[in-house]
Amino acid sequence: MAYLALTPRRRPLVARYPSIAIFLGILALFTVGVTVLAEGFGIGLISTSFVKTLGKTLCLCLVALAMDLVWGYCGILSLGHMAFFGIGGYAIGMWLMYARTELIVIESLAAAPLPPTPQEISDGIATQIFGVVGASEFPPIWSVAHSLPLQLAAVVLVPGVLALVFGWLAFRSRVTGVYLSILTQAMTLALSLYLFQNDSGLRGNNGLSGLQNLPGLDAIPQSTISIVFFWASAFALGLGYLVCAWVVSGKFGSVIRAIRDDEARARFLGYSVEAYKLFIFTFTAVIAGIAGALYYPQAGIINPAEIAPIASIYLAVWVAIGGRGKLYGAVIGAAFVSLLSSWFTGGQAPDINLGVYTIQWVDWWTILLGLSFVAVTLFAPRGIGGLFDLIAERRSPDRHGAALGPDAGALREKEADA
Amino acid sequence: MLFVLRRLLAGVLMVAASGLAAVAQDTDAPIQTLLQTHAEAIAKSSRKTIGPAIDALAASGLDDAQTVLQRWQDKEMWFDKETGLFVFAEKADNKTLTLFDVAGGGTIGTAPKKSYKQLKPNSGIRSMIGAALVQFQLNSPDPLTRATALNAIEREAEASHLTALRGAIDSEENPFLKTRKIRLERLLTIRFAEDDDTRIAAIKSFAGDLGVDVRAALNPLVATRIEAARDVPEGAMPLKVGSDALPRDAAYAILVAQDDAPARVSPGALRDALVANIKDDQIAGIQVATLVTDEARADVYGLLAGEGRVAPLVTEADVTASLERFRFFATYTSAPLAVALAAQATLDDIEATVALNQTADLVLDALSLASIYFLAAIGLAITFGVMGVINMAHGEFIMMGAYTGYVVQLFVPDYTLSILLAIPLAFAVTFAAGVALERLVIRWLYHRPLETLLATFGVSIALQQLAKNIFGTQARPLTAPGWLDGSWVLNDIVSISYIRIAIFALALLFLALFLFVMNRTRLGLEVRAVTQNPRMAASMGINPDRINMLTFGFGSGIAGIAGVAIGLYAKVTSEMGTDYIVQSFMTVVVGGVGNIWGTLLGATMVGSLQKGIEWLNPSNTLAAQTYMILFIILFIQFRPRGIIALKGRAAEA
Amino acid sequence: MLRKTAARRKRGFTMSRKLFCTTAAAVLVGAVPALADCPVKVGVLHSLSGTMAISETTLKDTMEMLIEQQNTKGGVLGCELEAVVVDPASDWPLFAEKARELLTVHEVDVIFGNWTSVSRKSVLPVIEELNGLLFYPVQYEGEESSKNVFYTGAAPNQQAIPATDYFLEELEVEKFALLGTDYVYPRTTNNILESYLQQKGIPAEDIFVNYTPFGHSDWSKIVADVVALGADGKKVGVISTINGDANVGFYKELAAAGISADDIPVVAFSVGEEELSGLDTANLVGHLAAWNYFQSAESDANVEWVDAWKARMGDERVTNDPMEAHYIGFNMWVNAATAAGTTDVDAVRAAMYGQEFPNLTGGTAVMLPNHHLAKPVLIGEIQEDGQFDIISQTKEVAGDAWTDFLPESAVLKSDWKELGCGMYNTDTGSCVQIKSNY
Repeated sequence: MAYLALTPRRRPLVARYPSIAIFLGILALFTVGVTVLAEGFGIGLISTSFVKTLGKTLCLCLVALAMDLVWGYCGILSLGHMAFFGIGGYAIGMWLMYARTELIVIESLAAAPLPPTPQEISDGIATQIFGVVGASEFPPIWSVAHSLPLQLAAVVLVPGVLALVFGWLAFRSRVTGVYLSILTQAMTLALSLYLFQNDSGLRGNNGLSGLQNLPGLDAIPQSTISIVFFWASAFALGLGYLVCAWVVSGKFGSVIRAIRDDEARARFLGYSVEAYKLFIFTFTAVIAGIAGALYYPQAGIINPAEIAPIASIYLAVWVAIGGRGKLYGAVIGAAFVSLLSSWFTGGQAPDINLGVYTIQWVDWWTILLGLSFVAVTLFAPRGIGGLFDLIAERRSPDRHGAALGPDAGALREKEADA
Repeated sequence: MLFVLRRLLAGVLMVAASGLAAVAQDTDAPIQTLLQTHAEAIAKSSRKTIGPAIDALAASGLDDAQTVLQRWQDKEMWFDKETGLFVFAEKADNKTLTLFDVAGGGTIGTAPKKSYKQLKPNSGIRSMIGAALVQFQLNSPDPLTRATALNAIEREAEASHLTALRGAIDSEENPFLKTRKIRLERLLTIRFAEDDDTRIAAIKSFAGDLGVDVRAALNPLVATRIEAARDVPEGAMPLKVGSDALPRDAAYAILVAQDDAPARVSPGALRDALVANIKDDQIAGIQVATLVTDEARADVYGLLAGEGRVAPLVTEADVTASLERFRFFATYTSAPLAVALAAQATLDDIEATVALNQTADLVLDALSLASIYFLAAIGLAITFGVMGVINMAHGEFIMMGAYTGYVVQLFVPDYTLSILLAIPLAFAVTFAAGVALERLVIRWLYHRPLETLLATFGVSIALQQLAKNIFGTQARPLTAPGWLDGSWVLNDIVSISYIRIAIFALALLFLALFLFVMNRTRLGLEVRAVTQNPRMAASMGINPDRINMLTFGFGSGIAGIAGVAIGLYAKVTSEMGTDYIVQSFMTVVVGGVGNIWGTLLGATMVGSLQKGIEWLNPSNTLAAQTYMILFIILFIQFRPRGIIALKGRAAEA
Repeated sequence: MLRKTAARRKRGFTMSRKLFCTTAAAVLVGAVPALADCPVKVGVLHSLSGTMAISETTLKDTMEMLIEQQNTKGGVLGCELEAVVVDPASDWPLFAEKARELLTVHEVDVIFGNWTSVSRKSVLPVIEELNGLLFYPVQYEGEESSKNVFYTGAAPNQQAIPATDYFLEELEVEKFALLGTDYVYPRTTNNILESYLQQKGIPAEDIFVNYTPFGHSDWSKIVADVVALGADGKKVGVISTINGDANVGFYKELAAAGISADDIPVVAFSVGEEELSGLDTANLVGHLAAWNYFQSAESDANVEWVDAWKARMGDERVTNDPMEAHYIGFNMWVNAATAAGTTDVDAVRAAMYGQEFPNLTGGTAVMLPNHHLAKPVLIGEIQEDGQFDIISQTKEVAGDAWTDFLPESAVLKSDWKELGCGMYNTDTGSCVQIKSNY
């Protein structure tokens, strides 16, 4: 990354891109607003469960940012980023479960006539955690679950290393385009199938639960914990946005966009395409892992269904609807679609009575979502974020055919034919 | 008021009816008396206690005994809740029964169902009754009844059946039944004959026979028991401690069980012993609070043992010493040595053949699975392999085909006819859906493969939910015609269901169809031209739009037919497409895009791989799927263009 | 503490409405004004969309029918009952979110809900944190006892163990194939059964265990493996904890292999009337299922219940075991609230212990201090019409939260009435934890 330092001194990032300041401003306002309205420290207009929903939505926005970086900017349609998100959740969930159970076990063993041996404590924790899935021994995968720093490191390292190895194998053998998408989907499927097995040592289908109860903090009400997690999520999103904006702003950003628009040309120009792709793939996997680690303590439970391939497809849907190739587009898409989804599937949307048939949104929302996705792909490749372009009058020059990429400079259909 | 009157009237009628029944029934008939003596056991209806009742009936020599046993077995016997008298009964309507006398079977009249209780012998009792009925049925003029008797013997053989069977062989006219009787006679000889030589002869006659029943008869004869003594007695087989047959722990457990060695002190027992010896927060002078490791506990326990207050710890050295003092050996427990050895020899002979046949069965299973994958993937081999279009809604086309079959069966009750109708209909429906998808979505995205993938995902999500809205989330039945029921049985090990054979045949048929269409028809020629160079093809007068539409429709239509076949063997749900989509893509990618033989090879590899892993790890089928996908991911890393890679220009298209 | 005062404050706001309501009720029914907010809200937490919708929607309808019936009888404590239905959409984290919503936003007095174990585990922390009350109606794997949950479905000793006894004693099965879908209920149940069978003298090598994924369809190899088990002359029986769709393929393969119930009987714990409606049962006649309820039970109460259900939902609809569990649970809750004179959770819980209510299959269900029911166990043979012929019915069996057949659980005991603990270690004489293990 030495070339970044070599670039001539320029105006600060935030000054060059006003959208960053606007975004951070809105995020800060939103955070303050929610804090004032919530139960924890404010006037209690917003229920704790809604604060949790908002906090989770911020985490989804963060993983959508990662998806936008890898797909919208680098052109790798990864259908595996929700797997990294899930791994982050599992990593933090293991510590949460272990530490909470350890406290319970030590307390209960204190009443025994003999002081407990380390083995007895460990057995007690194992029985508590794995009793529900019919086991009573710690699988090796839990060997560092007792240590918060190590598990926090795992939040970053496991997705990172997995992405690095997978990406290295895939990019090295020049697997690109749809092949890569299918391959990442297969990876996600394999991981979720693996976790579904009890033998995986992560409680199979049951997953890890009770994650909202932080160890040793039973006295603090959930209304407070939820708002703290909300702050953490907002902070992570703001920071993530800044870092992503920085990554895509300089020469590095130009190179990855070049790779997206024409990989072969970028390679002929002497850029090590594989290294760039590998960096972006791994970096975004790490962001996804962090987002997951913040998300699941708010959701309370993580299980393999969360990693199923469909989750990653929805992630792509959010980014596409929000507008890929623009960081704020990804955030808008994730927030808009996921909140709308929960509104529709939550049964709150009013049914539409057509006389002969009543449209119940619980049943029809998914169809609407699927079709609107098709429509966005066909007619509005720039998504909702494209609307901002219209407002800002940043219209593209008159060129021929539909855009093949989301950017103004992207190759055009007619040009590709030529 | 009126209601009360009606109730009263009904009551009077009921009393009258049951009164009538009691009059007409022969309460003192010998069969009724016999049943009454065992009334308690019969009413309790438990296999544990029913034996004497069935034996008494079978041995009674009464004319009615056979009928009683038979109708009892058919759940047609009831008893009066008040008097306890047994009757035969049939339901006249929801609330009344038509009664028949157990003696003679004459009609008694009708009675309200409420005052009678039905005897419901469970299948354990039913097979005991069946065994008792054998003596009546073995020489029956009706071959079906004789077959029933043979079934009963197979399920619940008794020593008495052997003589009965021997007497019934010569008179048997039906050659099929005769073979069965002879075989059964030899099996029973192995189990029940007194004379060792006849038993050994019967055992030897089964050499190489793969029947499960043969192994079921032989295996109990070679049961062994492991014992330990100072010397190995004659005729026993010595065992080595630490071998697979006798692990160290098992050997020591035998010694403990024989009281030849002290039991090891378990951690739990150790803890209990310590707890029992706590005095003023001390054990043997050591503070309890210091006992925070296992070693510390063991040391204190050692101190207690030294004082003789607890049993001493058994160390590994003690165990070794005890084991060395004894010789371990196995003895046959359920048959004389000669018989057991003959049985063992025959079993060994059979086992070798069994292993061979198991492999054959595994290969059949793998082929079957491969044909299913191939069938699911062949449509994709056209749309993805030939046209290069990613269609993630392919799985949903399979689902549409299956649901078409289900709908057809709703209207056409005849299963054969409905399947014959469903296949072209499924093709038509999915062909139309494919054409619509191509016209509305895909043709706008030919230059944007990633977008095609996403858009078809959207279609896939929408179609799945649509199916849920229409058909619900529960699995729907798609029933195969009767002639596809059952399986083709080569022997007791190698068998495959007809439906799987049909799918296999269908897969081959599609392969032929594909090859024919692509290589021998004008459409195929045009398709190949358009895929290789659309502009050139267009200037030769081919309409690429039309060709693309037709090809896509053709691929989708084949997916629809595959859906019918898959629905027949498994289930029809809105999510069945997702079960196959990733595997199908893997099949095509592994095989090599653009080559149907590659897809065939890919399917074979994926299918046999999955079966192979399942065989290695039979207790966890899920693991097989995971490892298979991992393997495929790795495979693609090293052979990104698949098993059969296109070369030259075609590869770049 | 904080929460309680908040709740009290809220009660103050609704005072006028409550006063009006109770007065109206007192006038109408002539009952003593009771200590409940009117209307009494009953939360229904069953998935109405997603994979579990097919099973759970039936239970939502059941609850609505029960509440309607109770309202025609005058409601509870002089109040109308009002169902608050939410849809957790078969999404496990959403269950927790919706439970919180029910308890804090809608302030329901009781919740009836959940089907899968994982959804229950997801809801548990929320219910315990907010001191709610949940009635869980489905047969489950046990190894849990929460202060805030009443388990009206069967524990393993009320379904799995009696069915295994039936195999051992009545069918004299000597070799067992435990086939299950790979998730917590089959895993734990099979674990208990393995241990139980070994205690009954079945050697470990005569127990074959296999797990398959949800919706598994390729059963040929597994069925062949089961048939091959018979090679050593022992009678083979299959205990199936296969869930949902996968049963279709499994039974189809059994039928294709020509395996009759007389040769290799199969007893299923997750196949009921609803599941059979997706199958052609002609080839399955004689195979078994174990439940606490079958629609074919011949009691007057059941006939009335089935008729009311069919009249409401349509003639082709069937009733099943979890519906009966809700029927018993709901009626017990109504009686307990009446006895306590309030819908306050702690008072109702105290009044629940020892509540009796007639089963639909005859006999009486009793709520035990371990939050489980004493219920009879029924074993039915599948008939051609998709119904079950009940061939065995035990006396009431007391539900056991912690199984006696696993060493870690055998020492545990649940007694909320006397010990005030759901996980009491009888060895050390201490309460392991007051909250439950998630």
